[in-house]
Amino acid sequence: MVDLATRIGTLTLANPVMPASGTFGPELAQVFDLDRLGALVTKSVTPEFRAGNPLPRLCETEAGVLNSIGIPGKGLDHFIAQAMPEWRRFRAPLVVSLSAPTVASFADCAARLAATPGVAAIEANISCPNLEEDGRAFAMHPEPAAAATAAMRRAAPGMPLWVKLSPNTGDIAAVARAVEEAGADAVVVANTILGLAIDVETARPKLGSGMGGFSGPAFKPVALRLVWQCAQAVRIPVIGVGGIATGEDAVEFLMAGASAVQVGTASFVSPTAMLSVIEALEKFCARKGIARVAELTGAALPRAWREAAE
Amino acid sequence: MDLGAAAFPVAEASVTVIESAPVGRRYHRLLLDAPDLSARSRPGQFFHLLCRDGGGAGPYLRRPMSIWRCGEGRPLGFLFHVKGKGTTALARLREGDALSVVGPLGHGFRLDPAWRRILIVARGVGLATLAPVTEAAAAMGIAVEAVLSARAEADLMAPEFAGASGAAITALFDADGGSDVEHVEKMLRARFAAARPDAVFTCGSNRLFLLLQRLAAEHGIPGQVALEQQMGCGLGMCFCCVRQVRDETGKVVNLRVCAEGPVFDLQAALAW
Repeated sequence: MVDLATRIGTLTLANPVMPASGTFGPELAQVFDLDRLGALVTKSVTPEFRAGNPLPRLCETEAGVLNSIGIPGKGLDHFIAQAMPEWRRFRAPLVVSLSAPTVASFADCAARLAATPGVAAIEANISCPNLEEDGRAFAMHPEPAAAATAAMRRAAPGMPLWVKLSPNTGDIAAVARAVEEAGADAVVVANTILGLAIDVETARPKLGSGMGGFSGPAFKPVALRLVWQCAQAVRIPVIGVGGIATGEDAVEFLMAGASAVQVGTASFVSPTAMLSVIEALEKFCARKGIARVAELTGAALPRAWREAAE
Repeated sequence: MDLGAAAFPVAEASVTVIESAPVGRRYHRLLLDAPDLSARSRPGQFFHLLCRDGGGAGPYLRRPMSIWRCGEGRPLGFLFHVKGKGTTALARLREGDALSVVGPLGHGFRLDPAWRRILIVARGVGLATLAPVTEAAAAMGIAVEAVLSARAEADLMAPEFAGASGAAITALFDADGGSDVEHVEKMLRARFAAARPDAVFTCGSNRLFLLLQRLAAEHGIPGQVALEQQMGCGLGMCFCCVRQVRDETGKVVNLRVCAEGPVFDLQAALAW
């Protein structure tokens, strides 16, 4: 029997597999028992109503997807009053993804979520490239990323706080260190990378709003590298995300330093992908004689090579 | 606790192709061995298909496909226009090949047992979406009259539409001007006057949708329209497939075709 449990700060998850924000909702309970997941992660909640971006919002590539959905939603009040009762039907820990336009708004929203029963952790989406003009976001630089994190930390002292980083930055290790120092309990690495597709017949971007976030299998090597860099830069847990579709993909992210993984775009192609990943992880550990999945974390990092050599 | 079909109404399943055949010049039909899924499918619902040919080639994302044939003891069937990468891969499937399906998905058409006659107006491959309505209505003793519009006679697929329902079909073609909106309007007005339908249904043409919406409102006849939209997940999680729909208060809101549709009230839907 393999022990699949993983610890993210003070939170213990039954297994290290959870959905990526934006690709998941209670609708998936039509397909399988969501309590089999390590955690549930909501779409990003915003302080106010958002209509979302113009269509088309999705554009397929050879092995991935560009999206510019624009975080449509009814706002935080509606989320707490209407969506939370539905989420509380599930036993798996609920991680609420939060996106806000200002540092003060991040803090206000974090305080309200911390006071909401059933919220196990906040995942701060400081990196979504669709929100800010020209794709700019808090997560592009260490200072604004740290400012948002510190404000949430102060506003919601006891609440596990995960910060989702962006690949759209020159030095992700510096951003990871900055949010760690600002009080984050974990970093989620990484959000989608900015991309573009053009319809050559019309000479217009294929997405209604121009650029979009790229995800899916083609993005995996980039995300894996970002996890590897962050895992060596911080002491807090890293949660790996980006192109994970199989158990082997998940093992790679754990070996690169992740303590847990998120599965996103793969669920569009196979709604049961997360279950397959959990089962494959367990089989891999059993085959390798690994008693605890947590032993995989960082197994491929240079410090593990050095320890092995000593 | 029942963990079977009731607990998980949507299945991800690999099923076997039992028939794959061209229909006319531009269409194709697939019949699948999926007795459980076929039995719980309803007219107007759809499946999300992984469009990979026998060699595994095809687009990355699934494609939504409305149900053409379904029911207890019957193969699950799809009838589609072979147009892009997805449908091309699907048309390459052969008997015995496997196809990954997710479904049944969405809200289908609603039929009221009190109705005595319904009118269907369909264009092109929209008739595949409405075909199961004819059989469901016939089974309930509701008479079906259908106006089918197509480019030319070879594209009409009247037998594929009507099945064993005995629907009375009027065919209209682009070639002879029969499918012009003005002509269709004159014809529908005459039908409404002669034998007023209890409900109207449409799919496949923006122009015919607008016409039917206007005439149905004028005559106070309820109606339903099946909308199409590009989809990501098919389950309601990604918010890619929204369309503008009027809510009960008249406000225009974005609703997901996959989750709140694909069948909407005829007067609530907006032109696309």
